[in-house]
Amino acid sequence: MPQASEPRRDLRLKGLHKRYPNGYTAVKSLDLEIPQGSFFALLGPSGCGKTTTLRMVAGLEDVTSGTIHIGDQDITREKPYRRPVNTVFQNYALFPHLTIAENVEFGPKRRGVKDSAARVKAILELTELTEQAGKRPAQLSGGQQQRVALARALINRPEVLLLDEPLGALDLKLRRAMQLELKHIQEEVGLTFVHVTHDQEEAMTMADTVAVMNQGVIEQMGSPYELYTNPRTTFVANFLGRSNLIKGTVVGREGSGADAAVKVDMFGTLVSIQADRVHTDSKEGWIGIRPEKLLIQPAGSQSDDPGNHFSDAVVISSSYIGVSTEYVLKMPWGQELICFEQNRGVRGGLVQVGAHVDVSWRQEYVYLLDSSQDAEAGLEGA
Amino acid sequence: MITRVGNWIGRHLMITMGILVLIYMYIPNFVVALMSFNDASESRNLYQFQSFTWNNWLNPCEPNGMCESLRVSVSVALVATIVATILGTLASFALVRHRFEGRSTMNLFIFLPMATPEIVMGSSLLALFVAGGLGGKLGFWTILVAHILFCLSFVVVTVRSRLAGLDSNLEKAAMDLYANEWQAFWRVTFPLVFPGVLAAALLAFSLSFDDFIITNLNSGQTVTFPMFVWGAAQRGVPMQVNVVGTAMFLISLAVVVGGEMSSRRRAKMLAAR
Repeated sequence: MPQASEPRRDLRLKGLHKRYPNGYTAVKSLDLEIPQGSFFALLGPSGCGKTTTLRMVAGLEDVTSGTIHIGDQDITREKPYRRPVNTVFQNYALFPHLTIAENVEFGPKRRGVKDSAARVKAILELTELTEQAGKRPAQLSGGQQQRVALARALINRPEVLLLDEPLGALDLKLRRAMQLELKHIQEEVGLTFVHVTHDQEEAMTMADTVAVMNQGVIEQMGSPYELYTNPRTTFVANFLGRSNLIKGTVVGREGSGADAAVKVDMFGTLVSIQADRVHTDSKEGWIGIRPEKLLIQPAGSQSDDPGNHFSDAVVISSSYIGVSTEYVLKMPWGQELICFEQNRGVRGGLVQVGAHVDVSWRQEYVYLLDSSQDAEAGLEGA
Repeated sequence: MITRVGNWIGRHLMITMGILVLIYMYIPNFVVALMSFNDASESRNLYQFQSFTWNNWLNPCEPNGMCESLRVSVSVALVATIVATILGTLASFALVRHRFEGRSTMNLFIFLPMATPEIVMGSSLLALFVAGGLGGKLGFWTILVAHILFCLSFVVVTVRSRLAGLDSNLEKAAMDLYANEWQAFWRVTFPLVFPGVLAAALLAFSLSFDDFIITNLNSGQTVTFPMFVWGAAQRGVPMQVNVVGTAMFLISLAVVVGGEMSSRRRAKMLAAR
């Protein structure tokens, strides 16, 4: 492992492009910098190019143009077995004719590592597989196979560990447990993890930084918090969590510096949006608000919630999910909005379908997106 | 009551039917084994059991030309198996693992000989050999060429299906784990494809050993074992033919049982660990 005094070994992709012989472009001039030791997630729907990107880093797919560096080392055209990179494959790709111990020892043996037996022992202990060492992959459960795949890659102490939907084949409960375990192992070994997934919850729980990918490009990159609270595109707004998107017209700007805001007219209501949450230059825009940021009150009740207020919304459906309730509200201008409310019991019961309610939101939670984008983008993936 | 009777029939009918079918399939083998101990020297009726003797087993080469024909058949089968297995395995890799121009056409042309009637293939090969000026030189080499030809399709079919069921990510995983192309092939791909290659080789051997129609048309003066049996059948088959038949049956039985036992032992060893 590199010492602290050595130069940083960040993974850098520059202008990475992948065009298949049949003319399909999977990845379009991708630029990405992944700091050494971070847990990075590439999130996107199937076919967005995330797996292709990963396979190019591993060397399993040729690069059409662009470069891949780890630190100063150019690995763009390097053979897969000469890269300081290991992969956990989607279906694990364990060698069926070898035992678990032989599977794990495969990498160290090829590299002629001397203390490979000791290393195997240690890594099997870390992944709690000591008992299974003599078995074949087919004799293990899905969760155990997943850990073998992880152990087989980790034992080589790669500079970058690539994980291609590593939890996709597990059931929900096991997946949650493995998410925590993976995160824990990453903190323990301190390697750079690049995790490809289509599961937004998985990406958000595990990764320090998430890049949302769509149709071969990165739509937005940042911490889970940034992506969720301040999405830049309708795709991110819909794919990561859910969003209400309402048409609005920009009427002016006010303030300057940190206080700068954009005034938007939304069916007669003036909404003031902080400048750093405005992601369009055009006159029109999509006003976005997360469903849990909508507050509802029985119609006519005194509300001291600050922000924008709308009266005369009608509850047209409600679904009770235990911890919260999801309401669909019909707004005065005819649009249906989603609202999540925690079941804290403050009103002493659920709001009935058909009830008239007042709706409010705090303006600092609102974001403005470009009206040229499809308001439905990213929905089918959610 | 009715259900109980139904159950009884359901349980035992299946077994009875199964045993009957097995008997039907194996009766010829039993007859051949029995006849290999028949002392036919006193009788003209060769298909009746006269008296018991070890003579046929002790002097298998007694009939004139039989062992010579056996030697021809075994050597043709061995060489044809080796060549067809190597060529067929390589072709399967090309067809499964690589995308190239004319791949599907090639697929079709490789499988076509399997669907061609033997008599058609045999006579067309003969025409080819004669047209190629080999009319007077028909024999071991022309038989060999013909056998390699028809074994090839069967090898490709067998290896191909094994290879197609193999996750191509396994090779990639091996390369990701620092194995170069050569190591990835010999440590991962080949061990996994090997059962298919072995099955293909056994199939090729028995197809070649057994072939009559194509061989008969392209053999010239050379006589293979099936041809010897055919020729002998006109006059009365020597009992030693039954010895060869029984021996072949026992050898294949030993191969199958041995394979089965070793795989069971492996599974047991794994479970015990």
